[in-house]
Amino acid sequence: MLRLEKRKERSRVMTWAGPLLAVALTMVFGMILFAALGKDPVRTIAIIFWDPLTNDFSRSELLVKGTPLCLIAVGLALGFRAGVWNIGAEGQFIVGAIAGGAAGLAVYDTAGVWVLPMMCLAGAAAGAAWALIPAILRIRFNANEILVSLMLVYVAGLWLSALVTGPLRDPDGFNFPESRIFHDSATLPILLEGTRAHVGALAALAAVVIGWLALERHEYGFSLKLFGQAPRAARFAGYREARVVLLSMGVSGGLAGLAGTFEAAGPVGQLVPALPVGYGFTAIIVAFLGRLHPGGILLASALMALTYIGGEGAQLEMRLPAAAISVFQGMLLFFLLGMDVFSRYRLAPSKALAARRAQGGAA
Amino acid sequence: MDMSALNPVAIMVALIVAATPLVFAAIGELVVEKAGVLNLGVEGMMIVGAIAGFAITQESGSTTVGILAALVAGAALAGLFAFMTQVLMSNQVATGLALTLFGLGLAAMIGQPYAGIPSPPFPELSIPGLSDLPVLGPLLFAHDWLVYASLVLTGGVWWLLNRSRAGLVLRAVGENHDAAHAIGYRVVAIRTAAILFGGACAGVGGAYLSLVAAPLWVEGMTAGRGWIALAIVVFASWKPWRAFLGAYIFGGVSIAQLNLQALGVAIESQYLSMTPYIVTIVVLVIISADKARARMNAPACLGRPFFAAG
Repeated sequence: MLRLEKRKERSRVMTWAGPLLAVALTMVFGMILFAALGKDPVRTIAIIFWDPLTNDFSRSELLVKGTPLCLIAVGLALGFRAGVWNIGAEGQFIVGAIAGGAAGLAVYDTAGVWVLPMMCLAGAAAGAAWALIPAILRIRFNANEILVSLMLVYVAGLWLSALVTGPLRDPDGFNFPESRIFHDSATLPILLEGTRAHVGALAALAAVVIGWLALERHEYGFSLKLFGQAPRAARFAGYREARVVLLSMGVSGGLAGLAGTFEAAGPVGQLVPALPVGYGFTAIIVAFLGRLHPGGILLASALMALTYIGGEGAQLEMRLPAAAISVFQGMLLFFLLGMDVFSRYRLAPSKALAARRAQGGAA
Repeated sequence: MDMSALNPVAIMVALIVAATPLVFAAIGELVVEKAGVLNLGVEGMMIVGAIAGFAITQESGSTTVGILAALVAGAALAGLFAFMTQVLMSNQVATGLALTLFGLGLAAMIGQPYAGIPSPPFPELSIPGLSDLPVLGPLLFAHDWLVYASLVLTGGVWWLLNRSRAGLVLRAVGENHDAAHAIGYRVVAIRTAAILFGGACAGVGGAYLSLVAAPLWVEGMTAGRGWIALAIVVFASWKPWRAFLGAYIFGGVSIAQLNLQALGVAIESQYLSMTPYIVTIVVLVIISADKARARMNAPACLGRPFFAAG
C-alpha cells in the first residue's frame, strides 16, 4: 500500500505540473461526461479546446472573455495569498458596471475623451467600495468576509435589476428592463477592427505586470505571503492585519469593478439584468489555476476563456446543455486542488511494505 | 395598505415551509463544523439535492423515494469533499467553493429537461380530529412529515452532541484533533462521517425546496440559502436549538418581505428581496462583534487540515 509523506519543501516541479495534469484529467473526465450525455467525446473536446483557435473571430473573443477573468483573478490572488477570501467579486463586478454605466448615462450624448476615464474611475471606485464593506466588517466586527462578500453578490444583482426597471430604464425602451445603449464616447474603442476585442485587454495586461511587481518584487507582496502562511510572525514583524485586509480587498474590488465597467461599456453596450454571467466566480478558478501568480493567471484566463467560447460552440453544434461547461470548469478546480497535495506530499510505500522490502533485501 | 389580506395562520404555515430547508442545511453543517471541518459547499449540495429529489420523484412517482435520492445525492457530493479534504488534505475553503460551483453546474445540467414541470403533491400528515381544529390544526398538526423530521433531527443532534459518548468524541476531534488522534480516535474517519451526514441533510433541505416549498424545479432555485445556512451556524454559536431558531428567523424575514410585496408596498420588489441577504450580514456582524465569545464557541480546529505524522 502507498501512503503520503510530507515533503520538506514544496516541490517546484509539481507546483507547475499540477495545473497541467489537472487540465489533462479534466479533459479525460470531461470526455466521460460528454459520452454519458450521448455526445461524441473526442469531437466535443476538439470543439471546446481546438476550434476556437482556428478562426480569427473566436481568437479575438478570447480577449473579450479573458479580459474580465484576468482583471478579477489578479486582484483575487492578492487576497487569497494573505488568507483574505473575497468570494464576492461577482457583486463588485456588478456594482462596477452599475456605477460606470450610470456615470456614462449621466452625461448621455455628451462627446469627450474624458467620458470613458470618468466611467472607469467610477466603476473601479464603486467596486472597491463594495469590497471594502466585508473588509471593514471583518476588521471592525470580526465578521466572516466570505459570507458577507457573498451575500453582497445577491444584493448587487437585485440592485442592478431594480435600477434598470427604475431610474436607469431607457425612456424610449417600451418598458423593457434595460438602460439606453451607451453613446459613442461612452463605448470602449475596439482594439482589432471587426471584432469585439476592446482596449480593456490592455488594462488586463497592465494589471498582470503591476500585480507581478507588487507580489514578487515589492514588500507588499511579501507581507501578503507572510500573513497567509504565518499570521503571528507577520504581526511580530510589524505588519498590520487591518492594512493587509483593506488593501487586498480594496484592490481586488476595484479591479472587479473596472472589469464590470469594461463589460458594460464594451461587449454589452448597455445595462441589462443579464449583464453578469459569472466571471466573478470563474475568476476564483482562474486564480487557483494560475497558482495565484499574475503570469500564471494570464495563461489560466486564456484557457478559461477558451472553454467559454468552445462551450458556446459545443452548445450550438453538439446541443450540449449550457451548464455542462460549468460542470467542466468545476471539475477542473477539483482536480487542481487534488493535484496540490502532491506538491506538498510525496507518495511513499507504507511502513508495512517498506519493512517487508527491507526484510526481503536482507534475506 | 389593506392588512385584512393577511391571514396570520397562513403566514405562520408559510414561515414553517420557508424555515424547514434552512433547518436541515444548518443542522447538517453544524455537525460538520463541530467535527472541525468547514464545508462551504452547502449551496452546491442543496441544489444537487433539489434536482435529485425532483427528478427521482418525477421518474418514480414517489416523493419518499425522491427524498431518499436527495439524501444520497447530497451525501455523494459531500463524499467528494471528504475525499479531497480528508485524504488529499486540500484547502477546505477552496474545495467548498469548488463544490458549490460544481454542484450548481451539475444541477443545472441534470435539471434541463425538468424545468417547468409541476411536482406531484407532497403528502401531508393529517391526524383525524386534531388536524381539523381551528388555528391549532393547520399550525401544529397538518404539516408534511419533513417538518416533524426537522424537529426530530434538531433534537437528535442536540442529544448526540451533548448527551452521548459519540458526540463527545466528535467534539473532541473538532476541538483538538492531535489530542484526539493521540488517544486513538480515528480523526479522518469521524470527520468523513460528519461530512457525509452534513451532505445528506443539505440534500434533503434542497429537496424540500423543489418538492414542497416551490414545488417545481428552477435553475439556481436555492438562491443563496446554503450560504444563509452557514451564517445561521455562526449565529447559533454551534448550538442546535439556536440554529433551529435562526432558521425560523431567516424564514420569517423572507416571508415578511414576500407579504410586503403582496401588499403592494410602494418600493420596487427588488429592494424587498434584498432583505434576507442584508439581515444575514447584520446578524453576522452582531454575533461576531464579541470576539472573545465567538472564539470560545467556535470549534478550535475549525478548518484546519489534519495530517497524522508517523
